[in-house]
Amino acid sequence: MQTTEQLKIVIVGHVDHGKSTFVGRLFFDTGSLPDGKYEQLQEIARRRGVPFEFANLMDGLQAERDQNITIDTAQIWFRTPKRQYVIIDAPGHKEFLKNMITGAAHAHAALLLIDANEGVQEQSRRHGYLLHLLGIQQVIVLVNKMDLKNYDEKVFQHIETEYRAFLTQLGVTPKMFIPMAAKHGDNIAALSSKNMPWYKGLTVLQALDEFNVPPKPTNLPLRFPIQDVYRFDHRRILAGRVESGTLKVGDRLVFWPSGKSSVVNTIERWSSPASLTASAGESIGVTLTEQIFVERGQVASHEQDAPGVAREFKANLFWMGRANMEIGKRYKLKLTTQELECEVKSIEKVIDASTLGQVEKSRNHVARNDVAELTLHARLPVALDNHHRIPESGRFVIVDDREVSGGGIISGVKYETRSRDGVKSENLTWSKGEVLSKERAIRNGHHGAVVWLTGFSGAGKSVIATGLERELFSRGMQAYVLDGDNLRYGLNANLGFSPQDRSENIRRAAESAKLFADAGFVVITSLISPYRVDRVRAREIMAEGQLRFIEVFVDCPLEVCEKRDPKNLYARARAGEIKEFTGISAPYEPPEKPELVIQTSKQSPEESVAAVMDFLLQTVGVADTSYAI
Amino acid sequence: MNHLDILENQSVFIMREAFNKFENLAMLWSIGKDSTVLLWLARKAFLGHVPFPLVHVDTTYKIPSMIEYRDQLVKEWNLQLIVGKNEEVLKSGVTYPNGKATRVECCGTLKKDGLKQVLEKHKFTGVIVGVRRDEDPTRAKERYFSPRDKNMEWNVEDQPPELWDQFKTDFEPGTHIRIHPLLHWTELNVWEYIERENIPVIPLYFANEKGERYRSLGCAPCTFPVKSNARSVADIVKELRHTKTSERSGRAQDKESEDAFEKLRRDGYM
Repeated sequence: MQTTEQLKIVIVGHVDHGKSTFVGRLFFDTGSLPDGKYEQLQEIARRRGVPFEFANLMDGLQAERDQNITIDTAQIWFRTPKRQYVIIDAPGHKEFLKNMITGAAHAHAALLLIDANEGVQEQSRRHGYLLHLLGIQQVIVLVNKMDLKNYDEKVFQHIETEYRAFLTQLGVTPKMFIPMAAKHGDNIAALSSKNMPWYKGLTVLQALDEFNVPPKPTNLPLRFPIQDVYRFDHRRILAGRVESGTLKVGDRLVFWPSGKSSVVNTIERWSSPASLTASAGESIGVTLTEQIFVERGQVASHEQDAPGVAREFKANLFWMGRANMEIGKRYKLKLTTQELECEVKSIEKVIDASTLGQVEKSRNHVARNDVAELTLHARLPVALDNHHRIPESGRFVIVDDREVSGGGIISGVKYETRSRDGVKSENLTWSKGEVLSKERAIRNGHHGAVVWLTGFSGAGKSVIATGLERELFSRGMQAYVLDGDNLRYGLNANLGFSPQDRSENIRRAAESAKLFADAGFVVITSLISPYRVDRVRAREIMAEGQLRFIEVFVDCPLEVCEKRDPKNLYARARAGEIKEFTGISAPYEPPEKPELVIQTSKQSPEESVAAVMDFLLQTVGVADTSYAI
Repeated sequence: MNHLDILENQSVFIMREAFNKFENLAMLWSIGKDSTVLLWLARKAFLGHVPFPLVHVDTTYKIPSMIEYRDQLVKEWNLQLIVGKNEEVLKSGVTYPNGKATRVECCGTLKKDGLKQVLEKHKFTGVIVGVRRDEDPTRAKERYFSPRDKNMEWNVEDQPPELWDQFKTDFEPGTHIRIHPLLHWTELNVWEYIERENIPVIPLYFANEKGERYRSLGCAPCTFPVKSNARSVADIVKELRHTKTSERSGRAQDKESEDAFEKLRRDGYM
């Protein structure tokens, strides 16, 4: 099958420097206008009593046709023998800067128009600077309206010298400068030997074919941000797009900023050729060999060439918000799939993009259409890269009051070799009280611990939990049951039964259990907790607090549970009244290595409680006490 | 990756963002080629599943074989379908085919208001729609994530910026976001993709014995076939590589006035 390369070009420049006219002319000269469009535009012009304008071809909105300016970015397609082009016409009016940015951010290359008559203007420079910030490397400058300057070579040379110097300051090297007159088609499809015999370079069309579609960054270090976690069947699939590099089945991945690690078990696709690798640009799913808790926002890398992890970083930012960006105000930072609160710590300088001069020495805000160098401080550590190293993970947007209001590129990130565990506690430390756990244990005669009962509804978790609590209490021990239903009454009242909500339900239960256990209690949780990875996370939470965790698999065949059905839930689930019911319409993943398995179809409630007690007393006992257990 | 892979992967990324960000998400399915490709891309994104309902706004004037085809795919692909109808207006009979409304008024009540009723009833906050930029100059100005206010209106003069695949996903209660994963595709891309993936499409798109085929599907009274000899997907791909007539040339409601389609879209039409 024939494949067509598609190159996206944005056309930018000061308002009224002829962008829309140029696009219309380009279409006309390449025979790309739809049948009847030329005649239709002539007819509209005649009816409105205005001269015919090629510019109207691009104007999609009534307001644009009325005002003769582009308000929003429009896109239009055409082809040369070499390939297909998407032409993005971006507004040149300062008012519509965010629309210009929207258009330019999607482009592979840019054509920047300068009016020969007016010369380099404010937006010519501002757009040049923004192209640089947006990371667009391929730029051609078109000096338009040469007809108004009698096609004078000196005028062209003067503009070229001035603007080339400006771009060079930014580190942008323009591919070429072309003189033209869009209105008459000079140097667009054919060289204008009559009007500009002095110009021997390429036509605009030839120049377009000189651009390249930048290759996907497959050779850079791997960055695979997790977009979502799917559980459509018994498996847990991490969905995301490989932003840079390549990942293979069998690769060990490290997830940042948490630093957890596992190995790629499979790469998941649907109705696509199977492949054991996935490279930059591919939206895939992966499963891991070990169950670790990973969620949206984590960024996977290989062990080598990991991203930086920091709460504070430097950035060059442009601001499009209605309200100023201010030091100390809270914003939402969106970087890859990470989203978290941040604030501006300091503003190093606000730059006048049209002169590259610094605006004021110290200012505590960035206004609309400003660009600035500043330092951002995020509430939690972020996985990031320097923009010049990996653009995809080195740029971000800022959301202010629900609106995307700023964009920035990151610099100055230090890459450190660091151990896998542990950035979480950098600034957030667990506050330890005066009373030591050891003191509590001696007074209570036992350590705090979490007994985590997991199993189907009706397997007998509640019976064991209440029996266990009574047994412990009667021995003078501190014990408390955290019951799943009770938690849902209050603490978890806002959660439903979707996989995400179930997961959050378990997380809160685990965190609550941790606090109780830290207070010296033996906590017994009675929750179905169907997903292995959620229980693994509960185990990790207790491990963080150096607390004992005893996972008890209350094992009972589904048929038996359904027959017991103490709350009449199975019957209702079968009737379709309850959705996502574990065992019927949602999966249960049995524990792989529980501390204890109780088979309630074979053991009586008393025997079950006794079995847990035996195990528990060995685990939570305190050696140096006279208290008899 | 070739150009179709690039388009596909981008659409999958957008659809996954929508699924993550919107709890009450639905996808409009008009039974046409675009929204059927969208449906296929949803199955790509969610590994064979379609984890949200499809909404079909039925004007009852659709070409009858469209409904048959719809019901057949719902069964084969195990889809959740919600059919929305503006019952009140249908009952009153103030529609174009009855001669009691203009074409644009009829689109406004049966399609636009019909859609509004479904969204309100099911409280959808995110709606995936298969519009493309190359269809029409107003659609060319769309965003991937495009907000609609409480009255479903599109504020085209003040749209959110969109860069680096970071989208507007925060919105006020009562408003909703239209998500357009096919925005960057062309009509030709859609057919190339249908050919490559072997996606079933309704036969109305293929030329009949009279040498006519539908290029864009809508209601029977306002949609007309175009002259064509393209009898297969491959023929259509070949035809589109050289055509210079516009895709919506067979859609009569667009032509009632210079800005008919723009007005419809500002008011909440797809």
